[in-house]
Amino acid sequence: MIKVEDITKLYNMGAVKVSALRGVSLAIERGEVVSIMGPSGSGKSTLMNILGCLDKPTTGRYLLDGEEVGALDDDALAAIRNRKIGFVFQTFNLLSRTTAYSNVELPLLYGKRDQGQREHVKAVLEAVGLADRMHHRPNELSGGEQQRVAIARALINDPVIMLADEPTGNLDSKTGAEILDLLLGLNRERGLTLILVTHDPKIAARSGRVVRLQDGMIENHEGAANGMGHGATPDLSAAKGGKP
Amino acid sequence: MMLRRVFLVALTSLNANKLRSGLTVLGIVIGVAAVIALVSIGRGAEASITSQIQSVGTNLLFVRPGRLQEGGAFSAAGAAASLTLEDAAALASAPSVVGVSPVVNGRAQVVFLSQNTNTSVLGVTPEYPWVSNFELADGEFLSQTNVTARSSVAVLGSAVADILFGGTAGAVGQTIRLNGQPFRVIGVLKSKGGSGFMNQDDQVLIPLTTAQTRLLGARFFGRSSSINVVNVKVADAKLVDQATEEISAILRERHRVLEGEEDFTIQSQLDILGALTQVTDTLTLFLGGIAAISLVVGGIGIMNIMLVSVTERTREIGIRKAVGARRRDILLQFLVESAVLSLLGGVIGIVLGWLVSRLIGGIPMGAQGITPVVGVDTILMATVFSMAVGLFFGIYPATRAASLNPIDALRYE
Repeated sequence: MIKVEDITKLYNMGAVKVSALRGVSLAIERGEVVSIMGPSGSGKSTLMNILGCLDKPTTGRYLLDGEEVGALDDDALAAIRNRKIGFVFQTFNLLSRTTAYSNVELPLLYGKRDQGQREHVKAVLEAVGLADRMHHRPNELSGGEQQRVAIARALINDPVIMLADEPTGNLDSKTGAEILDLLLGLNRERGLTLILVTHDPKIAARSGRVVRLQDGMIENHEGAANGMGHGATPDLSAAKGGKP
Repeated sequence: MMLRRVFLVALTSLNANKLRSGLTVLGIVIGVAAVIALVSIGRGAEASITSQIQSVGTNLLFVRPGRLQEGGAFSAAGAAASLTLEDAAALASAPSVVGVSPVVNGRAQVVFLSQNTNTSVLGVTPEYPWVSNFELADGEFLSQTNVTARSSVAVLGSAVADILFGGTAGAVGQTIRLNGQPFRVIGVLKSKGGSGFMNQDDQVLIPLTTAQTRLLGARFFGRSSSINVVNVKVADAKLVDQATEEISAILRERHRVLEGEEDFTIQSQLDILGALTQVTDTLTLFLGGIAAISLVVGGIGIMNIMLVSVTERTREIGIRKAVGARRRDILLQFLVESAVLSLLGGVIGIVLGWLVSRLIGGIPMGAQGITPVVGVDTILMATVFSMAVGLFFGIYPATRAASLNPIDALRYE
């Protein structure tokens, strides 16, 4: 499904070269729920960006759904993101001036077919429990509802993987739990492959596998039960988004 | 992404910032309106001048005594530039000339009872109305008998008849005074509708001989009296150049001068038209140029606003890219936004410019004023130009938007 082989990522920060990833290999199967954890600066955001085809590795191979995506150009990557990847962000990242419906519809505009999809958009919004909120704008929705819109948007093109970057980071614990339930439910019911970047041990505990990064390398691969207790490391990058 | 969608997205985002979009559009509106209004005034001026000159006839040539400044120092006293009645008669032999009308002119005070005016007085021969395309409104024209007898008769231009008699009717048979001498009115000319310095209706025609001997006190050269100008009618407007050559040859021989030392000048209506058209063209270009500058300033306004918009919507661009927008999708979105702004400004500007030119056309200027001409080409030019301005000044902001890195854009606060 996802196969990452010995990827590295080097950033040029002026004179200094920063090595964000130094040889990461990872394989994720269809239908898995994987948490990526690690302290700030461990490279988990970089890994996330590469897995999400927002960024390209400096070296190494990345096979997504049997396709080598490491060497594709920007437009091809955009097409991959559109068809195969759904993003859920900590800060929701909805278009504030348009309705929930339009936000969910957005990926369709950049896809192959952009018409005759009204029913599909409605169905997906219903699936995340927003049937009656379709024509509200983000500022008329609660945080949990906004994240549901984002999840619906990520689902609209039936992606191969869904990448969730601190999906509950901006929500209170009750709403956060609901969102997590929704995501895990989608995994159970639809077989959606879910990759979560989180610092929350409770989320890690419910995922099938935890990948722990440290200094740009995978520290250890563990089952969910073993992951407990390690998430306490303060994650500054997550805190920047203003978690409650 | 379908074009219809692109337009919808552009309109939505422009609508979200109404005031800002409106002010940006205003810059283009003013530019386009200025172009339309000023160019139409220039065109109007040109059209009015052209129509006046064409009312005289484009197959007309004017032969005048030469100006002495050219070689003047070498021409001894008796050789002063001159044209005579004999010269005029000789011109009739040129093959492409169909009519010759010698004229002496001056100004005189015209009085009828308590009405009076100062007008141009022309001493002419019976050929004059045919050569110069005049028709009679009333009465009859000067006859050869009048010329031979040096009669005190006059034919009035319609403007003079209006002033003295309040119209064409009732003038014939009355006696007017030109510089105190009595003249009987025998005819009135139809109006040609000229105005300003070209007004051909503001004149009084009397027999050439009468003018020379009694009214204007013409100079004499040799045995024949001099004249001021010979109006020459050419068979066809196309033969004007040929006729000019023929006339030059005849006069050079008669005056015994070499080519390049002519003591006469030949001017055609086309020359005058050409010179004046050049002036009005320059005027139009100048006015249009000033207006175009304001259009460019409007374009810079669009660029400014689009740059602000790109910065402000960095996160939106990041989101769009994350869900699969390609470089060209973003480029197109922002280009269409600036094109919509400028096109909207162009359309409103055309309407406003048209209204302004109508308004200016309503202000009386001179005798007839100028009727601004809003041509289809002007409108097309303004539309295309405003679109081009929008696209040109939209390219840079749109490129900037399109080349944003999605990761950085998503992180942008």
